[in-house]
Amino acid sequence: MHPAPSIIVFTTLSGLGFGLMVWLGLLPGDRGSAGAFFVACLALGLASVGLLASLLHLGHPERAWKALSQWQSSWLSREGVAAVATLGAFSIYAAGWVLTGQPVAWLGLLSAGLAVVTIASTAMIYAQLKTVPRWHSPLTPLLFLLYALAGGALLAGLSGAAAWLLLAAGAAQLAAWHVGDTAFARSGSTLGTATGLGTLGALRQLEPPHTGSNYLLREMVFVIGRKHGRRLRIAALVLAIALPLVVALISDLPPPVAIVLAMLHGSGVLVSRWLFFAEAEHVVGLYYDKR
Amino acid sequence: MTSLPKSTDTTLGLVIDLDTCVGCHACVVSCKEWNTSAYGAPLADLDPYGASPEGSFLNRVHTYEAQPEAGPAQTVHFPRSCLHCADAPCVTVCPTGASYKRVEDGIVLVNESDCIGCGLCAWACPYGAREMDPVEKVMKKCTLCVDRISNTHLDEADRQPACVRACPAGARHFGDLSDPESTVFQLVEARGGMALMPEQGTKPVNRYLPPRAKDAADPRPLDPLIPEATDGAGGFFGWLDRTLDRF
Amino acid sequence: MTKHSQPALDTSPPVSDEVRKTTSYMCACRCGIDVHLKDGQVKYIEGNRDHPVNRGVLCAKGSAGIMQHLSPARLRAPMKRTGPRGSGAFEEISWEDALELAKSWLAPVRETAPEKLAFFTGRDQSQSLTSWWAQQFGTPNYAAHGGFCSVNMAAAGIYTLGGAFWEFGAPDWDRTELFMIFGVAEDHDSNPIKIGLGKLKARGAKVIAVNPVRTGYNAVADEWVGITPGTDGLFILALIHVLLKAGKIDLDYLCRYTNAPVLLDADGLFARDAEGKELVRDRATGAVVAFDTPGVRPALSGTVDGLTPVFETLATRYLDPSYAPEAVAERCGIAADTIRRIAAELAEAAFEKEIEIAQPWTDFRGERHETMKGRPVSFHAMRGISAHSNGFQTCRALHLLQLLLGSVEVPGGFRFKPPYPRPVRAHPKPHFKTTPGKPLDGPHLGYPRGPEDLGLRPDGNAARIDKAFTWEAPLSAHGMMHMVISNAHAGDPYPIDVLFLYMANMAWNSSMSTGRVMDMLTDTDENGAYKIPKIIYSDAYSSEMVAYADLILPDTTYLERHDCISLLDRPISEPEMAADAIRWPVVAPERPGHAGVRGFQSVLLDLGARLGLPGMVDEAGAPLYADYADYMTHHIRRPGIGPLAGFRGAGAGAGRGAPNPEQIDRYRENGSFWTAEIPDAARYYKQANQAYQAWAAEMGFYPSDKPEPYLFQLWSEPMRLFQRAAEGHGDRQPPDHLRARLQQAMDPLPIWYAPFEEVAVADGDWPLHAVTQRPAAMYHAWGSQNAWLRQIHGENPLFVPGAVWEREGFQDGDWAWLSSAHGKIKVPVARMDALNPNTVWTWNAIGKRAGAWALAPGAPETERGFLLNHLIHELLPPKADGQRWANSDPVTGQAAWYDLRVHIARAPEGGPKREPDTGQQQSPVGQGPATLAYGKAWT
Ligand SMILES: Nc1nc2c(c(=O)[nH]1)N[C@H]1C(S)=C(S)[C@@H](COP(=O)(O)OP(=O)(O)OC[C@H]3O[C@@H](n4cnc5c(=O)[nH]c(N)nc54)[C@H](O)[C@@H]3O)O[C@H]1N2
Ligand SMILES: Nc1nc2c(c(=O)[nH]1)N[C@H]1C(S)=C(S)[C@@H](COP(=O)(O)OP(=O)(O)OC[C@H]3O[C@@H](n4cnc5c(=O)[nH]c(N)nc54)[C@H](O)[C@@H]3O)O[C@H]1N2
Ligand code: SF4
Ligand code: SF4
Ligand code: SF4
Ligand code: SF4
Ligand code: SF4
Ligand SMILES: [Mo]
Repeated sequence: MHPAPSIIVFTTLSGLGFGLMVWLGLLPGDRGSAGAFFVACLALGLASVGLLASLLHLGHPERAWKALSQWQSSWLSREGVAAVATLGAFSIYAAGWVLTGQPVAWLGLLSAGLAVVTIASTAMIYAQLKTVPRWHSPLTPLLFLLYALAGGALLAGLSGAAAWLLLAAGAAQLAAWHVGDTAFARSGSTLGTATGLGTLGALRQLEPPHTGSNYLLREMVFVIGRKHGRRLRIAALVLAIALPLVVALISDLPPPVAIVLAMLHGSGVLVSRWLFFAEAEHVVGLYYDKR
Repeated sequence: MTSLPKSTDTTLGLVIDLDTCVGCHACVVSCKEWNTSAYGAPLADLDPYGASPEGSFLNRVHTYEAQPEAGPAQTVHFPRSCLHCADAPCVTVCPTGASYKRVEDGIVLVNESDCIGCGLCAWACPYGAREMDPVEKVMKKCTLCVDRISNTHLDEADRQPACVRACPAGARHFGDLSDPESTVFQLVEARGGMALMPEQGTKPVNRYLPPRAKDAADPRPLDPLIPEATDGAGGFFGWLDRTLDRF
Repeated sequence: MTKHSQPALDTSPPVSDEVRKTTSYMCACRCGIDVHLKDGQVKYIEGNRDHPVNRGVLCAKGSAGIMQHLSPARLRAPMKRTGPRGSGAFEEISWEDALELAKSWLAPVRETAPEKLAFFTGRDQSQSLTSWWAQQFGTPNYAAHGGFCSVNMAAAGIYTLGGAFWEFGAPDWDRTELFMIFGVAEDHDSNPIKIGLGKLKARGAKVIAVNPVRTGYNAVADEWVGITPGTDGLFILALIHVLLKAGKIDLDYLCRYTNAPVLLDADGLFARDAEGKELVRDRATGAVVAFDTPGVRPALSGTVDGLTPVFETLATRYLDPSYAPEAVAERCGIAADTIRRIAAELAEAAFEKEIEIAQPWTDFRGERHETMKGRPVSFHAMRGISAHSNGFQTCRALHLLQLLLGSVEVPGGFRFKPPYPRPVRAHPKPHFKTTPGKPLDGPHLGYPRGPEDLGLRPDGNAARIDKAFTWEAPLSAHGMMHMVISNAHAGDPYPIDVLFLYMANMAWNSSMSTGRVMDMLTDTDENGAYKIPKIIYSDAYSSEMVAYADLILPDTTYLERHDCISLLDRPISEPEMAADAIRWPVVAPERPGHAGVRGFQSVLLDLGARLGLPGMVDEAGAPLYADYADYMTHHIRRPGIGPLAGFRGAGAGAGRGAPNPEQIDRYRENGSFWTAEIPDAARYYKQANQAYQAWAAEMGFYPSDKPEPYLFQLWSEPMRLFQRAAEGHGDRQPPDHLRARLQQAMDPLPIWYAPFEEVAVADGDWPLHAVTQRPAAMYHAWGSQNAWLRQIHGENPLFVPGAVWEREGFQDGDWAWLSSAHGKIKVPVARMDALNPNTVWTWNAIGKRAGAWALAPGAPETERGFLLNHLIHELLPPKADGQRWANSDPVTGQAAWYDLRVHIARAPEGGPKREPDTGQQQSPVGQGPATLAYGKAWT
């Protein structure tokens, strides 16, 4: 799949933002009004910038509101609705918190719950797709949630929770790669099933239907850069998991450190997300004998 | 709407004969030509006269090569367009309801004025049947020529998809695949019409008729029927005389 | 989940304001189209269901007609060259200036030496006008593109059957049980062949394809014979050998309808009676009588009084073990078993599946037959067998096979489309006698009957600039367009003054050795003057050739002009009907801000009138025809016969009749075509069928206006006459260096010899054969300006067989150096296994010169598209004696495109991007827009 920057930025930043909301809703801690204002803005900012980035991906962003209508069946719509609801609930929660200095627990709980739903919905957009076997796995929502919660914990300065979650995310990440690497083969889809011609013998594409590119090739048949996969995986693990984990284990996390760590972590997640897309193979590639 | 209808009144679709398709791309271009000025926004082209021309098409023809265990390699032309799946994942993923399946005939359509161009439906389709228009930025897909097949402005005989009408080899057939009386139903029965990627669970409506067995003729030497002919022309002319005498 | 709901949809929107019916153009198939107009613009083009050619279907090019019509490469005004040739620098001028300039060049030529005009046309669909114009001008130098196209097929067909494959005949698609197709990718009859194949497929009839490459028609064939190029003749003669040995031949048919029983004298010429009728020996009486004596039962063998039937000579030759499958298998790349099996299948289809139609008919001897007997086996072939230096004889061999099986003009077999079949005697001979200021003495092109018809001047030199109808190519019935530029450049046989070309991209894809041709077009003499002094060219688009011309006469697109698809030219008939058609301006030609374009035929008539050409002006010198439409209606060739056969006289005239001023309107009302059904009793055995002969004579298909029945020619007497000359008989003698070759090539019975280039170059150096194929979705050079089609074929790889691919270590995305004895090019490669192991191939004419066709810099056609033409030479490499023979068939002069031998090597990374570099031309029409959203206004 084409690793569109807008989507990578969106899933990473909004993941962090909503992850932070979860922790701020559950364990607001004692931050005072200013501290609360700062972290709430950080959470809202990350989530909103991410969401805005996702709009860049749309052909008709001016119609984006229409995407809220199909929440009963569409994960993308659910994500939209959940995101709006989370942003709404969290804004009220944060406003109360900043104004009164006291968070309202049930609003926090509600925001946290909605944020989890949002993160899961985002992940389900990908996990639901049978067409991308690497994504079509429970590991996908697990990974999205763990990354979001770990990043959120880092930002929230919760080193203990962050450490455990980073460990878990790392494990999930390794599992996702491991399982994902064979997912396409296990899906059973081949050029033979795609064309029904499998019984004829060994198949290959002789001529593509068009000599230039097209939407499908650019969007779903991304083959460039995969050869750097191994190195990028290591970079992702080091940046997103190992470095933050070490620091989280050895020290408390004062805000500046937390932010630097979260940025490190975030950049690792960006790499992981790039790989999430770049390494994902869509079955349509079979038709072009490319994946 | 994003939910699929429980059932449809008819099940319109295409049956494409891979034994007959000569890969001429007539269906590709007639489809583009009809649909660029018909239902929805045009099928536009970016850089049409430049270094990387790229437009939206609703139908594309691939060419594959198969190497059987014995015998020469074979070439198969393979047209690919929307299969109007019964369990169309492209519909259920759509966040706006722009993608829907018609209850009267099962045609899967995009209501372009609702489409935000998010591309998710194209991701959900295993068959590459959806292309985002590079200029209009809305999702495009085969409409089964919904604005032809019952268009009373057209002669009765012309109420069929543009690609079917154009196909010079007669490799494309259109009809109601739920009707046992229909040609398409019977072709599928007789020739073992295939569903593509059944493992994807999409239950495609369109079917492909597989190429017939090729190059498999039995060795059948034509023994010299004229025994004498084996000993040269003389024997042949003897046979010739006897045969002509019988006329 | 929510309940299903869906928007309301108008499934019956109005389609268009108006439908105008005309004829498609992007190839010579000439399908009928319905052009839907909205707001005066072309909205949609579909096939005309009533049309005899396409029955409603339409190919990719036809469907992309809108983009052809609206191409940004369209010319907009007459132009005069301002920069050097090849630069593309022009100034637009007015039509008046353009025509006066052309006149000022042409009038003195006509008055002094009319042969100094060479007028050659490409895939011209108005040859009956262009040839007449050239004849009236008085130059012998006229031909269309047939000489480099498929004249082998045309001439072999005419000399053997009285008609050819091309689009002039067709298999009986509804009845044939076994269909064999040789060397066809797309062909002129492209939609009918596809419709036909579809019918065979629907019935489950068997298709066998003989072709080194398995794509397109060959891909759907039930069996593929991946023959080695240039060896079809041998394969066919081996089939004949097996069939003869098995006695699986139609003796009755051979006796009745062919010259198998005709007696040959000791010279190999036909024994004739006083009336000139060929003689046969009656088996019953032993008497030697005319072949058409009623009740005759001719003998097929036995020499009496030195006279031997053709058949005996024929059978003796092909029964020879050198034609046995085992003897040819390796050379052809086809297993001997396969050859035997295919022979068996042919025999089974022909003789065990014999069909009979309950249709009484009477043959030319007056014998009545209660039924029409049919042999449901049929053949088609095209350039794959004809574009070789042994192509003429290979085509003859195929016709011989058809005749031995008794499957020509019979139910289930191959049938002609009126005005064919037609014997050689009903065709003109070539004419070339010039008189300053006067018309030529007759039509340029024709069918020589013997050496006396050759186009030689008294000094023995060629009369024509292309040296057609000389000893180098005695039966070059279509001329030799591929020789014109090199001969004109060399001034051999004489220099010319004006080269006038129409719709032929001679500076590019229709030339052999493109780079050299570009050099010849720009070469200058010691005074700096171009060696070919003046070049006038008519194109509709900004092609490569445009850049090399001095004066451009811009044509309209096919939707903007009148055209006449005439029975005098290349008809659109079908086997059961005669048919012709028109085009008319369904939209007006508009080029706002420019002088505009005009239909070339109208321009030609205008120019002819300015030059005062007879037939184009009245006594007072005033133009006779306002334009082409006027000519189509009023011109008369023979009494009652004009360009269009339909709606003549008061409107009901078919074939003959006085001009009808409303004729074009009648055509338009009828869908722009006209048909005349052949009577039921006349639909088969046309060459021998009294009812058909009478009908055809009445329609005016024969110049004699009388029935012209004839025998199919297994033995070709004209060939024998040329062969005898080569043996030293007669007073017209070939030059000595050509004797041996003519003796071999002019064999009156089909033979096979190795293609010339193969013999001329060492096998080891050039181990591979290289051929091209036409892509169905592109027409030669001009598909590339089409926004839709160029997305399908914007570049072309060289397809390489698997074994070579592996041997050379090729990877996807690689480039290779491809060289021949004549040049070297760098090309992208792709693997293909369904390919003859000794053959590489590519799609034809995708590569473009930078700047042409209004394409932007970096267009894939210029970066990754390439032409094989750079490797093909119109001459063979020098022989030991320094002689360079033409790379053509020695009988017809057909360019031997597919004799090419090459060597391939992987090109290392780096180095020149593409080779050769053919430079860049300016675009006189600018470049196309950055986006296209056709139809937006209506959605
Ligand atoms: N779409 C489209 N249609 C066209 C044209 C076009 O450009 N585009 N051009 C038109 C013109 S001008 C012409 S002349 C016709 C030509 O129509 P075709 O005769 O179909 O021409 P080619 O494409 O040259 O195809 C020649 C075929 O012969 C095969 N071949 C080559 N050498 C041999 C051989 O030795 N033996 C055998 N058995 N096969 C061989 C090649 O693989 C190829 O398949 O098409 C006309 N129709
Ligand atoms: N390597 C290789 N070369 C080949 C062949 C091959 O098989 N292999 N095939 C050969 C054969 S058979 C042929 S016929 C030739 C064909 O080669 P060409 O005759 O050169 O063919 P085209 O590219 O069709 O175009 C000729 C010109 O006609 C112009 N034209 C198009 N429409 C119109 C119109 O309406 N009016 C006017 N006035 N001009 C118009 C086009 O713009 C183009 O410049 O190529 C030959 N060259
Ligand atoms: S083929 Fe693709 S676009 Fe068409 S209905 Fe099925 S899933 Fe949807
Ligand atoms: S691109 Fe349009 S049709 Fe497709 S899912 Fe998005 S909104 Fe729906
Ligand atoms: S049915 Fe219509 S929209 Fe679909 S592929 Fe055919 S022509 Fe195109
Ligand atoms: S038009 Fe018919 S024969 Fe041509 S590619 Fe399409 S399906 Fe195949
Ligand atoms: S075959 Fe195609 S390009 Fe040729 S005349 Fe017919 S529709 Fe036009
Ligand atoms: Mo041609």
